[in-house]
Amino acid sequence: MARMTMVEAIRDAMDVMMGRDDGVVVFGEDVGYFGGVFRSTQGLQQKYGKTRCFDTPISEAGIVGTAIGMAAYGLKPCVEIQFADYMYPAYDQIVSEAARLRYRSNGEFTCPLVVRMPTGGGIFGGQTHSQSPEALFTHVSGLKTIVPSNPYDAKGLLIAAIEDPDPVIFLEPKRLYNGPFDGHHDRPVTPWSKHDLSEVPSGYFTVPLGKATVVREGSAMTVLAYGTMVYVAQAAAAETDIDAEIIDLRTLLPLDMDTIAASVRKTGRCVIVHEATLTSGFGAELAALVQEACFFHLEAPIARVAGWDTPYPHAQEWDYFPGPARVGRALVETMEG
Amino acid sequence: MTSHQPLTLQVPEPAVRPGGTPDFSNVKIPKAGAVPRPEVDADPESIRDLAYSIIRVLNRNGEAVGPWAGLLSDEELLEGLRHMMTLRAFDARMLMAQRQGKTSFYMQHLGEEAISCAFRKALSPGDMNFPTYRQAGLLIADGYSMVDMMCQVYSNSRDPLKGRQLPIMYSSKDHGFFTISGNLATQFVQAVGWAMASAIKNDTKIAAAWIGDGSTAESDFHAALVFASTYKAPVILNIVNNQWAISTFQGIARGGSGTFAARGLGFGLPSLRVDGNDYLAVYAVAKWAVERARRNLGPTLIEYVTYRVGAHSTSDDPSAYRPKTESDAWPLGDPVIRLKNHLIVRGVWSEERHKQAEAEILDTVIAAQKEAESYGTLHAGAKPSARDMFEGVYAEMPPHLRKQRQQAGV
Repeated sequence: MARMTMVEAIRDAMDVMMGRDDGVVVFGEDVGYFGGVFRSTQGLQQKYGKTRCFDTPISEAGIVGTAIGMAAYGLKPCVEIQFADYMYPAYDQIVSEAARLRYRSNGEFTCPLVVRMPTGGGIFGGQTHSQSPEALFTHVSGLKTIVPSNPYDAKGLLIAAIEDPDPVIFLEPKRLYNGPFDGHHDRPVTPWSKHDLSEVPSGYFTVPLGKATVVREGSAMTVLAYGTMVYVAQAAAAETDIDAEIIDLRTLLPLDMDTIAASVRKTGRCVIVHEATLTSGFGAELAALVQEACFFHLEAPIARVAGWDTPYPHAQEWDYFPGPARVGRALVETMEG
Repeated sequence: MTSHQPLTLQVPEPAVRPGGTPDFSNVKIPKAGAVPRPEVDADPESIRDLAYSIIRVLNRNGEAVGPWAGLLSDEELLEGLRHMMTLRAFDARMLMAQRQGKTSFYMQHLGEEAISCAFRKALSPGDMNFPTYRQAGLLIADGYSMVDMMCQVYSNSRDPLKGRQLPIMYSSKDHGFFTISGNLATQFVQAVGWAMASAIKNDTKIAAAWIGDGSTAESDFHAALVFASTYKAPVILNIVNNQWAISTFQGIARGGSGTFAARGLGFGLPSLRVDGNDYLAVYAVAKWAVERARRNLGPTLIEYVTYRVGAHSTSDDPSAYRPKTESDAWPLGDPVIRLKNHLIVRGVWSEERHKQAEAEILDTVIAAQKEAESYGTLHAGAKPSARDMFEGVYAEMPPHLRKQRQQAGV
């Protein structure tokens, strides 16, 4: 066991897998010599050499496109898009190619690929360093989509993602890279070293894909969250003194409906929180699934707290980000509903 | 107020539209044998001229001339002719099958048979092509089963792709033929990645990327050139310039500004331009590029100058946008006839034997078609199971798909 930040845990996952499997290759913009703009790949080129970890031209389509070719050859590329906001040039390769190789070739060609991308806001990143595009991936058949919320999960899920035989989109909330964040931007940030989940086993271990985890047991309602919003939800529950059961989804697709449905059937209420914009966001899918699975147990309408349906603004960061006050109001209203 | 005249937008037009007289006088055709053959380790800078000329072997008299000639035996050439004739016969039968409603869609190779058929013969087992939808000659020339191809076209019970894919989007790993995608140019950069993987693993296999003239305008074309050049990947970047992208002439992709081959020069890639209707020239250039890649000397860009004689697809009517007789005016002729004439000049073939071979090939294709149809066609007979629709999305079926499969009652 060692104390790690989320960045260190992610780097360690790649280190472990590069050591175990010489088919694992890591590349992206500034990923090689420099070790990544967030330091996620620091030291990997030095340790494994330039053909295992290298810098690429600034071309997201090129990064993902070549990675798909490598995966089809038999390697296990784990590539980085510097910000999720810049994945759009690669979207055709991800949606039309990576997600469909297995299906359209009837299994002749497969795509064991991981695309890592820092995601989410809360860092004054403005319009192109704050987006949460997960719904653009969960809508795509053939992809798996993951959002870890702590160092332990980040390492275990990333190792599982690299080993997974299918393409995985691995969204890393950059607001959580150096410490948990509950939305109280006016308070000093606590580093990961003060948090239990920064205890990360050394070496190989996995956190299975497709499994949610209950981060706070409760009886009054179920809160579905992932990424940074896990901590915001915890703060909101504490501040409103509502006995909420908070579930960290961890994997958005495939979704752990068993854990979700069991919780909502127990609590009878459900609040869904995410940073991404509301309309057609992943929360809409969650709300639809919960009402299908738990209709007769619901005592209040399912509530969604999300980013507003606007581009992510700069100056209005804290008016936009669904912080503990907004989430708390939704919890209170859902108890009243 | 400005003193300048109002700006105007340029929108290129082909030289001739329907009703006009075809005119290819702008296509500069060098004499066969005129273009030198550099060493495979030549410095790309020293062979820039090759991106602006056309490498040709067969002259008007059907003789193989110049430094790119003499690589293939009579037997190999006869086999090449057979491959091209087979592809043409296959196309004709499948075109007819589509007209008869046995499948929804087909795309033929008419006029472009030499490119994929000859290129395939320059590769070795284990190499991987990343083809577009107009390189089925790679399969024919590698001996892939015509019955399997037809079953794919018919989406029948023996379709290797279980009815999931549009006709002609073949996939055959064993034959070095990467799964075809409907999304243009995506495979061009994937080929570079596959080649990079081979280099990372210190393998000896190489990749071949394929793209049409129109699709060079896609951003993946650019990405492929950058990555291929940056990492010196063992890949051959093939551009088939058949003058047309559905209804848009190659000038809309900015052909005519330099050449498509010349696009590689800015990336420091050795870039060759070749007569795409000359089986011997295609083979010779492919062989050169294959050897270069195999010897770890890096990628090569090749532009095949040819003409799309047929309609773009069975959903297309070219008479709406180009003269009906344009293909007759095409100065590089027909690849099958040119190789046939060459073999006759060599004294190993005759008009009679050619006719006889045509009949034999047609019989073989019809026999394959009969067998394929015994496994069903798109709207009649046996078909893939609806259950197959849910398989293969992931390695293991996730719960939500299992549920949907149950809902579908399969």
